[in-house]
Amino acid sequence: MSGPLSVQAPPASRRLTSWIANPWAQARFLWVAVFGYLAWSLVPVFIAVAYSFNAGKAQTTWQGFSATRWFITDVNSVWQDETLRSALFQSLKLSALTVVIAVPLGVAFAIALDRWRGRGAGTSDFVMLFSFITPEIAIGVGLFLMMTKLVEQIGLGFTAQVLGLSMYELAFTVIIVRARLLSVGKHYEEAAMDLGASPTNAIRRVLLPLLSPAIFASVAIVFASAIDNFVISQRLCADASCQTIPIVIYSSARRSPLPSLNALATIVLVLSTVLIGAAVVGYRAMTRGERALAESPGAEEPVLASGG
Amino acid sequence: MARKDDQPGGVWYPRWFWPSFAAPATIWLLLFFVLPFYVVLSVAFGRLDPIFLTAEPVYNPVRWDTTPFRGVVTRLFTAGSIEQETLVRTLVYVGIATAACLLIGYPVAYFVARHAKRTKTWLLVAFIAPFWISYMMRMFAWVNLLQEDGYVNRFLEAIGVIDHPEQWLSGRASTVVFGLIYGYIPFMILPLFGTLDRMDRSMIEAARDLGAGQVKTFFRVTLPLSKQGILAGCIIVALPMFGDYFTQTLLSSTRNTAMFGNLIVSSIQSSLVNTGAALVVVMVVLLIVPMLYYLRSTNVARELAER
Repeated sequence: MSGPLSVQAPPASRRLTSWIANPWAQARFLWVAVFGYLAWSLVPVFIAVAYSFNAGKAQTTWQGFSATRWFITDVNSVWQDETLRSALFQSLKLSALTVVIAVPLGVAFAIALDRWRGRGAGTSDFVMLFSFITPEIAIGVGLFLMMTKLVEQIGLGFTAQVLGLSMYELAFTVIIVRARLLSVGKHYEEAAMDLGASPTNAIRRVLLPLLSPAIFASVAIVFASAIDNFVISQRLCADASCQTIPIVIYSSARRSPLPSLNALATIVLVLSTVLIGAAVVGYRAMTRGERALAESPGAEEPVLASGG
Repeated sequence: MARKDDQPGGVWYPRWFWPSFAAPATIWLLLFFVLPFYVVLSVAFGRLDPIFLTAEPVYNPVRWDTTPFRGVVTRLFTAGSIEQETLVRTLVYVGIATAACLLIGYPVAYFVARHAKRTKTWLLVAFIAPFWISYMMRMFAWVNLLQEDGYVNRFLEAIGVIDHPEQWLSGRASTVVFGLIYGYIPFMILPLFGTLDRMDRSMIEAARDLGAGQVKTFFRVTLPLSKQGILAGCIIVALPMFGDYFTQTLLSSTRNTAMFGNLIVSSIQSSLVNTGAALVVVMVVLLIVPMLYYLRSTNVARELAER
C-alpha cells in the first residue's frame, strides 16, 4: 500500500527554471541513470533484431534492408535451414506441452495451498519455492543423472525435457494464482455453498471462473518462460532432434552465424512480447469490472481490488 | 490467521478434498525435483565401475562411499588446484557482478519508485522487458557488438578511447563479469523497486520535517528501510550467477575464465560424472544459507503484506 503522494509535480515553467538553477539536483542525476540504463539494456537487443533484416550476410555491417531474406527466402533462412526450423517447432512443441502440464497442476496446487492448512501443505509449498530458487544447473544435472542412470527407459530427449520443464515452471503458475486467490477471498465460494453447492461444484462453477484471469496470465507467462529455457532443456537433450531455439543460439553464437540466427531470435522475441502483452491486457480486461467496483465510492467489497 | 480449517456454512470438506488438489503437483515435485537430487547424491557417494570407470549410483545410503566426495572437497581446499581456482574465481565474479548490479540497479529502482509519475507504467514495462527477451538472445546481441569489427570497438575508436580494436571476446574476465551484470540486473531491480515503492513515505517526510537534508534522509531513512529489498535482490541475482556457465562460454570460452558451472558441466560431459555430482552437492551446500534466508525473508514479507 503506497501512501498518498505528498508532493505534487510543479508546473512545467517552474520545473524548467529549477533545472537551470541546479541541473545536478538528485532527480536529474536519476533521470540520466534511468535512461542510460534503459539504453544499455535495450539497444543491443534492438540492434540484434535489426540485423535479422540485414540484406547481406554480415553481423557487424549494415548492408541494406531485406524483410524476408533471413526469414523465408534464403536457403539458410529460418524456414529453409533444417536446424533452425526444427528448433523453432521443437521449442513451440516443448513450451505448449509444458503449459498443458504445468498450468493445471499449478492451479490445483495453488488452490490447495491457499485453502488447506494441513501438515503436508507447508512442506509441499517449501519444496516448490525451493525448486524455484535452486540454480537451474543443479536441477538440470539432477534430471540428467536421473534420466541416464535411474530411468533409462525415459532417457534423454523430448519426453525428459517436457517432464523437467513442467516441474520447473510449476512455481510461476502457483505464484500468480495464489496472488489472485488472495484478492478474490473466500466469500463467493462460501455463498455458493450456503446456497447448497457441493465443494466440488463451488470450485468448478464459482472459483475457477474467478481465477480465469490468473490462469490466462499463467498460460502466457509459462509459455514465454519455457520457450526461453536453456539450462534444463540443454542438459536433457542428447542429439539434434531435441534442440530448442536457445540451444541453437548458444551453440552457434560464436561460430560467426548468419543473420538467420537473429531472425530466429526475433521470432521468439515477437512471440513472447505478444504473449506477455496479451497476458497483461487480458488480465486487466477480465478484472476491469472488479476494479471499477472497488474504486467506486459505495464499493462494499474492496477484497476484489486487484492491484493494477 | 486461524490455523483451523475454515468450514463455511456448515459444509464439511471431505478429508481427502484439499490433499487431492495438492497431490499431483506434489508428486511432480517429488519425482522431478527431490528424486533427481537424490540421484545426484547417489552418484556423488556411489562407486566407479572398476573396468569402464563409469559412475554407478548407489541408492542405499547405508552403503554410500564418501571417499570420492571427500577427494573433491580436499581438492577444493588445496591451494592451486583447478577446483579451488575456479571456486575462488566464481566467488569473485559473482561478488563483483552482484555489487555492480546493486550500484546500477538502486538508483534506477529508486527513480522509478519515487520520481516517475505519468511515465511509471511505461518505465516498468521497459524494465520488465529483459525478462521475456531470451537470455541467449541478449548475450548473442553482445557477442556481435563485442566482435573485433563490432559496434563497441567502432564507437570507442570514434570517441578516441582506444586507437586499435580490442579483443573483447578472447578470455577477458571483465567481459564475463560485464555479461553477468547485464544478464541478471533485471532481477535486482524488481525487488528493489517493490521495496522502495511500498515504503511508507511519511517516514521520509518526518525526517525532512525534522531537518534532515536530502542526502541525510536517504542514508538514515530510505536506505535502512530498503535493506530487505537489497538483500533479497542480491541473493536473487547471486544464486543463478553462481550456477551460470553459458555466459562464460559465450563471451570468453577460455579455461582461465571458467566458472564453477563450467566445471560441473565439463565433469558431467566427461567420464568424471561422479565428480560433477559431488560439485553439485558442494554448490547446493554453499548456497543453502542464502537460499533459506531468501525463502524465509520473502515469507515474512508475504505475511506482513497479508496482514
